[in-house]
Amino acid sequence: MSFEEFLHMGGYAPYVWSAYALAAVVLFLNLWLPARRLRVVRMRIRRRLARKEKLS
Amino acid sequence: MMNFLHRLASPPHFYRISGRLLPWLGALFALLLVAGLVGGLYLAPPDYQQGDSFRIMYVHVPAAWMSLFIYMVMAGAGLIVLVWRIKLAELVAIHSAPIGASFTFLALVTGSIWGKPMWGTWWVWDARLTSELILLFLYLGVIGLYNAIEDKRAAARAVSILALVGVVNIPIIHYSVEWWNTLHQGPTVTRFDKPAIATSMLIPLLLMALAFKVYYLLALLMRLRLALLEREANSRWVAELLAGETR
Repeated sequence: MSFEEFLHMGGYAPYVWSAYALAAVVLFLNLWLPARRLRVVRMRIRRRLARKEKLS
Repeated sequence: MMNFLHRLASPPHFYRISGRLLPWLGALFALLLVAGLVGGLYLAPPDYQQGDSFRIMYVHVPAAWMSLFIYMVMAGAGLIVLVWRIKLAELVAIHSAPIGASFTFLALVTGSIWGKPMWGTWWVWDARLTSELILLFLYLGVIGLYNAIEDKRAAARAVSILALVGVVNIPIIHYSVEWWNTLHQGPTVTRFDKPAIATSMLIPLLLMALAFKVYYLLALLMRLRLALLEREANSRWVAELLAGETR
């Protein structure tokens, strides 16, 4: 089987690949969004702790 | 054992242990995913009736299984919330909802994409499809209800009741293809006799199902860690944890 044949998916390429692409996007977002938010929250807490240290 | 569970339920321990677990879960997920994709997209032969379109099954079926599985976890956690009022169970229940909704959405849309070339239509209002759509609304209802109630502990209890009531829908989804005449094909794997599917097609399906299970655990742990950190931002363990870090 050539690479073109593989991509062609026996004529079902638009259906098969759009299903997989959508799955990839949904799975990626579900990990990326909480990871990004965790980074933001940690930074915010660290900044507040640093400010408190300066005051005391 | 009880001592271990008790310690696990304490936020600092949970945060530390889950942090150590995450990279392993990530690696396991990647490994299962790659093996499942190679098996499903490349090694498995085209179906004699559906050609290569059947390969949509490898995302559609595991996503649909997860939509039911996560709902049961959510309802189970909800029961624990109502009976024992354990805080960690509240978090598990509420943070399972968006992941479950994602898988339900994925099952519905990939099913629709598969339905078009096989049935000639994107959507029919038959028992299987309609009950799965109701599942999506149950998940969205849980998320909406939680966000609508100010007191988060009361919100968690309300959500638990909604999740438990919605459990009625689960056997309806599962048996819908047997109870009603439907366009959706019957079960091929979860039958009492042997599965009606060739081994070379079945193994990638099981690998993908396992990959999605690990993924759920991964996504859930990340959300739980985030929730704990936000909730306990002013506590000493968070200060000690973050003080030792430079970036």
